[in-house]
Amino acid sequence: MTGRRFVRWPDLFRSPVGVVAALMVAAILVLALIAPPIWGHVASKIDVAAASQGSTAAHPLGTDVLGRDILHRTLVATRLSVFLAVLASLLGAGVGIPIGVLPALVGRRLGRLITSAISLAVAFPTLLLAIFVASIVGLGARGAVIGIAAAVAPYFARLSQTLAASVAGADYIAAARVLGIGRWRLTVRHVLPNVAEPLLLTLMLTMGDALLALAGLSLLGVGVQPPSYDWGGMLTEGLLRIYVTPIVVVGPAVAIIFAALGFNLLGESLARRAARRDGTLPRHVSSPVVLPPEQHERLAELEDERHGKVLDLRGLTVAFPGGSVPVRDVSITVEPGEIVGIVGESGSGKSLTAMAIAELLPARAQSTSERRLLFGGDLSLLGKTGRRRLLGRSLAIVYQDPMASLNPALNVGRQLGEVAEVHEGLSRREARKRSVERLRSVRIGSPERRVRNYPHELSGGMRQRVMIAMGLMGTPQLIIADEPTTALDVTVQQQILKLLDDAGTSTGAAAILISHDIAVVSQLCRRVLVMYAGRVVEELDVPTLVRRPAHPYTAALLASVPTMDSDRERPLVSIPGRAVGPFDHSPGCPFAPRCPAASDRCRSELPVLRPLESGHHVACWHPNSVIPQSGPPGDGESVREDALA
Amino acid sequence: MVSLVLLLTLTFGMIHFVPGDPVRSALGLTAPAQLVKQRRAQLGLDKPLWQQYADYVDRAVHGDFGTSITSGEPITEIVRTRLPTTLRLAGLAFLAAVLIGVPLGVLSAALTRDGRRRYGELAFTTATGAFASIPGFLLAVAFIYLFAVKWRFFPVAGESGPKSYVLPIAALAIGPAAALARIVRVEGLKVLDEDYIRTARGKRLPARLIYLRHALPNMLTATLTISGLLLGGLIAGTVLIETIFAWTGLGSTLVNSVTAKDYPSVQAVALIFGAFILLINFVVDMLLAVINPQSTISDQ
Repeated sequence: MTGRRFVRWPDLFRSPVGVVAALMVAAILVLALIAPPIWGHVASKIDVAAASQGSTAAHPLGTDVLGRDILHRTLVATRLSVFLAVLASLLGAGVGIPIGVLPALVGRRLGRLITSAISLAVAFPTLLLAIFVASIVGLGARGAVIGIAAAVAPYFARLSQTLAASVAGADYIAAARVLGIGRWRLTVRHVLPNVAEPLLLTLMLTMGDALLALAGLSLLGVGVQPPSYDWGGMLTEGLLRIYVTPIVVVGPAVAIIFAALGFNLLGESLARRAARRDGTLPRHVSSPVVLPPEQHERLAELEDERHGKVLDLRGLTVAFPGGSVPVRDVSITVEPGEIVGIVGESGSGKSLTAMAIAELLPARAQSTSERRLLFGGDLSLLGKTGRRRLLGRSLAIVYQDPMASLNPALNVGRQLGEVAEVHEGLSRREARKRSVERLRSVRIGSPERRVRNYPHELSGGMRQRVMIAMGLMGTPQLIIADEPTTALDVTVQQQILKLLDDAGTSTGAAAILISHDIAVVSQLCRRVLVMYAGRVVEELDVPTLVRRPAHPYTAALLASVPTMDSDRERPLVSIPGRAVGPFDHSPGCPFAPRCPAASDRCRSELPVLRPLESGHHVACWHPNSVIPQSGPPGDGESVREDALA
Repeated sequence: MVSLVLLLTLTFGMIHFVPGDPVRSALGLTAPAQLVKQRRAQLGLDKPLWQQYADYVDRAVHGDFGTSITSGEPITEIVRTRLPTTLRLAGLAFLAAVLIGVPLGVLSAALTRDGRRRYGELAFTTATGAFASIPGFLLAVAFIYLFAVKWRFFPVAGESGPKSYVLPIAALAIGPAAALARIVRVEGLKVLDEDYIRTARGKRLPARLIYLRHALPNMLTATLTISGLLLGGLIAGTVLIETIFAWTGLGSTLVNSVTAKDYPSVQAVALIFGAFILLINFVVDMLLAVINPQSTISDQ
């Protein structure tokens, strides 16, 4: 059995809506209990002299044709209206739930018949079904209750059917079945307890609906018959006189809305609580963004080579409301034609850095940078249109998950062609021609046919080729590839990497390749940035990365790459501990808690990126203190180079 | 197809579920035995059950719904004159609900995306939530009081000229419009959060194209499914609205037949409404198959 429990009531009272709803329902229930004994005789006292009055001092909500006070009648009618609604809902649940469980118990053919009958009944509007059934059973309260019960029963049947089906597939049911527990006992002991909560929530929501349906039936003259009276019947009487004394409809109308709203709100807030408990995260409390105080040791070497760089980004910081700062003081330069790699664990801020470069951050994110030059210029100087055109044509992005990143509702040709249509004013036909060419250039077979395909008709590798072709539709100067091979088969990965390399070579575009996989990055790139906890901790070329990484984190990352010669008897090398989150604002090196070489200084003072030698920068107080450990002793380096080459 | 057979069988069975003799209870205890016998014969209730069923299906297929027990008129004629009113009411209300609900939902999704405009979001959910849970017949009462009795903008009841359509359609459409707007908004937020919308942004398409070409088609599946359900609900809503506004449509016919125990008429209306709901489901399924290349036509 799972440990699922019923709705925790104290939870409910934490939301104001839940409190209000609970109070409303409580008020209705109390009224239903106490109103008839207290006001019963006042409500049915006939006073012909005061017949058919509007609002007076004695009768604030008017009187009916026999001079009976409407306010008191409304209060007294609470019992009958609510009682019938509750009765109808319970009856509906009592009939519907067993019917819904039935298809799981009887044979397949009968089960299918029951299922399609349920579908038909669910498609049928509640009120109509209630009217038809009530007309068979006979007019009056009994007919109305049975009618509404019959009308809501299909919903319970459908719900319990889906729930039973989902639970029936669960492991513990399979286990019980193996133990030889019979079908009935299985249902009662194992299935029902696990589906009880959603059924209870539905019951609550159904009561609100039943109340309205009942009022509707009485309004039509099909429901409660005189001399009994409920809100719907009173509404009908009032409606006949709405021209003369409109006040008389107010009592019953307000009562109906109040009660229905109470039940619905209570059901909904219970459902929301239940959903939240099932793993939905609470929303972040909005609070002013605190940017971390940064001291930069500006490096002479990096100064002022404005021209010729594809990307020159300094001091990028990305923050979210609530104090999360997932990217901190990141600087990247990309030369024309160069492929720069960014590696790091998930959560290290690689992807957000890329999205910040591409100006695709979510609207909540706030990004700041000291300098941001793209394609040799400051984009903020361009107008909105010019900037969009430049980015649309010159910046290509390849995302991690090619299935999710292609629009399932549009065919491939449309998704490729629109880039050229929008930014270069090509006609649809010309754009399609270019799409075919680009698909051919990424080696997709029979591209004339493929442009008419939808994404779901393509394989994963093919989809990623389409994404690359999409980036090539313009004249890219920079390609950002964010984990382009992570979601793909190992066999396809190599082809996609080759394709990216070729795309760069043939167009002369520079590229930023983001991956958690050091092997992937070192295959295509010459220069690599290692990111940890939102910061660049080391920047170096690939040969140095493989032989002498200076930062303990880089060394650990490298050690975790298995090679052909890794000892299979030993567990795979992993980095102990967990990375600090984007909310962490403690001083010192973020890697210190996991670092074998950490000193007191590491824990109190943040190391900044400093040059170690030409082209090699590291943010560490004790560089070169940890030698990467993996592979057989002695020959380790050459073996690793083989593996990474 | 299975559903249609089920529908025919259930509506046929309806008259036989009535406790006692339906003709006797419809005409009253004082009716002469001769008249009861004549009406029984007219309805074919004296024939064996299987033959009654065969006749019923045969006549229903040819659009013949028999005669009313109470008035003796052919029901087909009643349906022919009153169905258009109901269809007009439900159709116009549906149109209004879609034209208001969908743009409202898309707009609020676009404006409150990413947790922006918290108060706008709160106002939207509160307002639509309230309108979605107030039943149409109460709105109708409120509208009659305000716009017909107090300010006399529109007629209180009856079907005469375009002005008389405003209140019934408003009362019928506001609830579904609010419900639709809520669903479209939730669906819109989900779609705008998808990776392919980021891809579209990455292509630097104008906002118009992002919303209309990339987001909207992906929201249609849920929107259409819900719209189908709402249209079915609107047809049911006409029963109350026609009664309140004193229109002579199929809905008010149903109510009168039920109170008069005119079972063949109830049977005919049940069959027609049921057939419409099946038709709506079928059309929705077809449309879903057309707009969504991944879904296939389901067998229901």
